[in-house]
Amino acid sequence: MMNRREFCKKAMIVVGGIALPLAALEVFNPKRLQAEKEGRGKVRWAFLVDTQKCVGCGFCVKACKIENEIPYDANVTRTWVERYVITRDGTTHIDSPKGARDGFTTMKIDQNKEGMLDISSADIEKAFFVPKLCNQCDNPPCVQVCPVGATYQTADGVVLVDRTWCIGCGYCIMGCPYSVRFFHPVYHVAEKCNFCYHRISQGMKTACVDACPFGARRIGNLRDPDDPVTKIIMTERVNVLKEEYGTKPQVFYLGFSKEVK
Amino acid sequence: MVHGEAWTIKEFFVYPDEYIYWSIQIVMYPFMTGLVAGAFVLSSLYHVFGVKQLKEIARFSLVFSLSLLPVAMMPLLLHLQQPFRGINVLMTPHFTSAIAAFGIVFTTYGMIVASEIWFVYRGFIVESVLALRGKKERNAVDTLRLVIYTVLAMGAMDLSAEALHKDERAVGLLAAIGIPVACFLHGYAGFIFGSVKANALWMTPLMPVIFICSAVVSGIALCMITYIVTMEIRKLLLTWKRKDNPWFPSTDELKGAEVQVVTMTAKYLVMFLVLAITLELLDLIFRGYTAVRSWDILRSVIYEKDFTKIFILQYGLGNLIPFIIFLMPRLTVRKAALGSLLVLLGVFMMRWNVVIGGQAFSASFAGFMEYRLPIWPDSLENFKEGLFGALTVIATPFVLFFLVTRVLPVFGVKDSH
Repeated sequence: MMNRREFCKKAMIVVGGIALPLAALEVFNPKRLQAEKEGRGKVRWAFLVDTQKCVGCGFCVKACKIENEIPYDANVTRTWVERYVITRDGTTHIDSPKGARDGFTTMKIDQNKEGMLDISSADIEKAFFVPKLCNQCDNPPCVQVCPVGATYQTADGVVLVDRTWCIGCGYCIMGCPYSVRFFHPVYHVAEKCNFCYHRISQGMKTACVDACPFGARRIGNLRDPDDPVTKIIMTERVNVLKEEYGTKPQVFYLGFSKEVK
Repeated sequence: MVHGEAWTIKEFFVYPDEYIYWSIQIVMYPFMTGLVAGAFVLSSLYHVFGVKQLKEIARFSLVFSLSLLPVAMMPLLLHLQQPFRGINVLMTPHFTSAIAAFGIVFTTYGMIVASEIWFVYRGFIVESVLALRGKKERNAVDTLRLVIYTVLAMGAMDLSAEALHKDERAVGLLAAIGIPVACFLHGYAGFIFGSVKANALWMTPLMPVIFICSAVVSGIALCMITYIVTMEIRKLLLTWKRKDNPWFPSTDELKGAEVQVVTMTAKYLVMFLVLAITLELLDLIFRGYTAVRSWDILRSVIYEKDFTKIFILQYGLGNLIPFIIFLMPRLTVRKAALGSLLVLLGVFMMRWNVVIGGQAFSASFAGFMEYRLPIWPDSLENFKEGLFGALTVIATPFVLFFLVTRVLPVFGVKDSH
């Protein structure tokens, strides 16, 4: 007959004995080994925004909302367009009413609580539009901070959210320096732009790229040297947003100005 | 309506998806965990460092720490968009996240507190079982109590001097392990904020330390308040009982003991308060001196938008005045109670100014967000993340404390150590 002490001892040995080989399974993750052998994947999605071409029509925002089922009137959006107006005195005015879903229909700057600001055309030194979307960072802080692993990065670089597993803590929303994340008003989980993953993985372009009448938005594969987007990123003077956060953003901008936040 | 829209007012340019996503419950979370950690550290001062003057409040604050414990988790569950998935954190913890280990740290700490209490009370539990068994006629309440105490005793009925001595050693050991774990539990809450690189106000390595110090301050203050209130009630009851039983101790005796405990506890409170303020001011000065890109917007939040909340409510009413009260000679119980209440306000405001203040400006540094606390619970969301949700969280530990002390009384228990 086994006494209690002996039982505990044996149980520990059995548990330890099982744990060791099980741990090895993780050490030799076959998928990872395979991936390491093949080197880097064949696809790395990247985005190119030509701010010189953007006129702020908001077609991209509209298309995105419809394509990705973000309630049309909800005040959240996966992508948006910002308007920058710099006046003679050096002040920068920025707005993006309803994310520019309906474009910019007035000259007045929407200052939210402070009301609409009228700026006379004579005072304007320069003005331009900047479309924004998820940067699909190479070092995504949102993936790092998700406590349950519900948000993750695919092999081709896109950051996705698992709607069935997200607990809705909002840590990823807090962790994103670009504020591209929000809670989906219907599903009540974290939501963000995913480069229309369901489209790009089927050989299509994203909804916003297709909707842009001026070619201000383009998507491409950084691992393909013949991709026109890759060629521009490699050969022209492009910039990224908020590099200082070390997130390695993969949305590149042409015609970037220092005022852009 | 989008989550956060109900209580966020935007001013100037704020990114379209930006709202105050972390609201009152996330203010409550570090506040309540702070109280848990602080109460435990106070009890450990006696159990580990043998500060004899704190003997009476030690048992009290330990039980209070236990009642606060489940409440540290409540605000998190009330805040989650998917509260029923909260368990996912334990099922698939993603350890690069500062929140992932919360369940583990929290459970470890809970087990330490529970087992320490068990060792502290084992003698009492066994005696109660024996006394109840000895009773010839037991009514329903007695039977229930017997069942509860028998279960709590877990078969360890040995009351020999040797066994009791072992209990004592176990308590000391658990309290000693408990201090770093309590500090970790709370420093960890600080790390959750301090490690958010996207937030200019939160990101500082000082955050965990600041959180621990203010946690201890608030925990001691709450224990003092509750202790004083309980003592006042006991005095009232005693005066009433003494009419029929003149041999009961007089209220003056109780009062003398009370003042002594309060004065001693206040000393520790001031010590940690000084440390907390020093670190907070260091952080503020450092930000102003280095003046990196975010300083412009931080300055307008700290010195303009949130001036009343930071300099008047937090530093003035919540730190400076109690500091003066506690350092002035002839500390009375009433003054100590007032001081402790103000300290609690100060720590609460500090949590508010960190959590809400950190979201008072846009990540674009070009606009502000103002938080309007939902008062009337006209929807589930406005209840959960509104005044009434917060009040529920505040009230729960006192209800739990009342229930726990029905089984494990904190006063009038013969102490073996």
